[in-house]
Amino acid sequence: MISLSAVCVAHARGRLALDGIDLSVTAGERVAVIGPSGAGKTTLLRVIGASLRPTVGQLRIDGVDPWSLNGRALQGLRSRIGKMHQAPPIPPRQRVVTAVLAGRLGQWPLWRAVASLVYPLDIAGARAVLEPLGLADRLFDRCDQLSGGQLQRVALARLFYQQPQLVLADEPVSALDPALARSVAVALNEDAKQRGVTLIASLHAVDLALSEFSRVIGLRDGRVAFDRPAAQLGPAEIDALYAGAPVSEVVETPESAPRPRLTRCA
Amino acid sequence: MNTVARDPVARGRATALVLGVCVLWPLLQIAEFNPAALFAPGNLATLGGFLSTFLPPATEADFLGLLAAATLDTLAIATVGIALAMLIAVPLALLSTRSLSVGRLDGRLRPFSEAVRLFARGLTLVLRGVPELVWALVFVRIFGLGPAAGVAALAITYGGMLAKVYAEILESTDLTPTRALLAAGSGRLGALGYGLLPVASDELVSYTVYRWECAVRASVVMGFVGAGGLGQLMDQSMKMLNGGEACSILIAFLLLVMAADALSAWLRRQVC
Repeated sequence: MISLSAVCVAHARGRLALDGIDLSVTAGERVAVIGPSGAGKTTLLRVIGASLRPTVGQLRIDGVDPWSLNGRALQGLRSRIGKMHQAPPIPPRQRVVTAVLAGRLGQWPLWRAVASLVYPLDIAGARAVLEPLGLADRLFDRCDQLSGGQLQRVALARLFYQQPQLVLADEPVSALDPALARSVAVALNEDAKQRGVTLIASLHAVDLALSEFSRVIGLRDGRVAFDRPAAQLGPAEIDALYAGAPVSEVVETPESAPRPRLTRCA
Repeated sequence: MNTVARDPVARGRATALVLGVCVLWPLLQIAEFNPAALFAPGNLATLGGFLSTFLPPATEADFLGLLAAATLDTLAIATVGIALAMLIAVPLALLSTRSLSVGRLDGRLRPFSEAVRLFARGLTLVLRGVPELVWALVFVRIFGLGPAAGVAALAITYGGMLAKVYAEILESTDLTPTRALLAAGSGRLGALGYGLLPVASDELVSYTVYRWECAVRASVVMGFVGAGGLGQLMDQSMKMLNGGEACSILIAFLLLVMAADALSAWLRRQVC
């Protein structure tokens, strides 16, 4: 159970990324968040994921305000939240098995994390989550040998391995071709249904939001434009959501390009 | 409409160039470096006379034995020195780098962590602030003449240098994987092993090997103040005006540096 009351997030220079969001999501719901670029989808997911502290207002996860917790308890809460990103945050030189096992770093004691770097301790577990995604044979390959779609599926496997109680996916399929995008969206929803966990995903593909998710939230200029079951949503409302969005904002800019490496001589 | 025909940053660049020359020229005067002195006929003759004593290189069997032992000494000083320096540098780098800061992730200030970070940075500054030659002079008085003094001096200064550069490498690499792991509740050391090291390892390895090469050079210099190895042998040969021996020592030294270069290239291939 997640609830946001009057949540505002102000960026530098005072621009409001979120402007008075009231929202509650019950356990087991599968919610799609749609809206034009710059509407605040990523910010909303970061607030719900206890990564970004709201400037005003309150977030409660299972009745607890994460920002009232001490460091260790907050870390424990974060380890129960699974996150997926548009660009899989996996080091290129890491092997697939290690990348998947990293999903449980928040639950493992340190000795286990270190030992698993020397020799992967749960090869069977990693294989079990990769198998349904068609990647079991790539277990010991390096991630820079995979295609973009395969890498995103490795990120999905890591998420499944983590077994989180809340899944937050920030445009998980935007960089994939339509067929793969659908299969990843379906896999996310199937896993959520099967384990009865909450899923919140931001999407650009409106058709996927309508066909796969149970509830759709439209976000625009940091405010909730509509919030209703997917079945009750008409094309007029969706057109209105995206209407008049400046073209320049629709162009996606990469979040942060890796900084150039410095060459050091000393 | 206001059309700008000239590049708007050109003025800034020109200013920087003029400023650079204005700073460098007086410094060149202070350093008293005069390239013309190199080619004055009298100086060339002196140089030629000095270099001609270097030929042929000394190849007597007992000297070569000494040379081999001294080379081994130098290698041991540099390697053990770097190994100890890493023992000092790794914890200091982890304490002082901002990449693994959970506070940075969510914007919560943690004054204690900041204080620890500041203290670690201060300590690395002190360690590398004093040149290894000075440390060597100090340790020769403690350990006596021989390699132990060189090892201790290297461990301290290079510990400071490695800590500073390790921390900077960890900060200048792509932090997305690390941030993602920390946001998923991973501990700092877990995020280091699974997110940061896989991205930064090649640069860390190549810098460490480069520092090892520098340590070989530094151990030769420290040999002149009695810290063992090729430097001490060189000091003795120079004092006895034996150019042939000095030449052989230089050749051994050159081979060492070339070996370090090859090792570095090979290690980089293994990591990347």
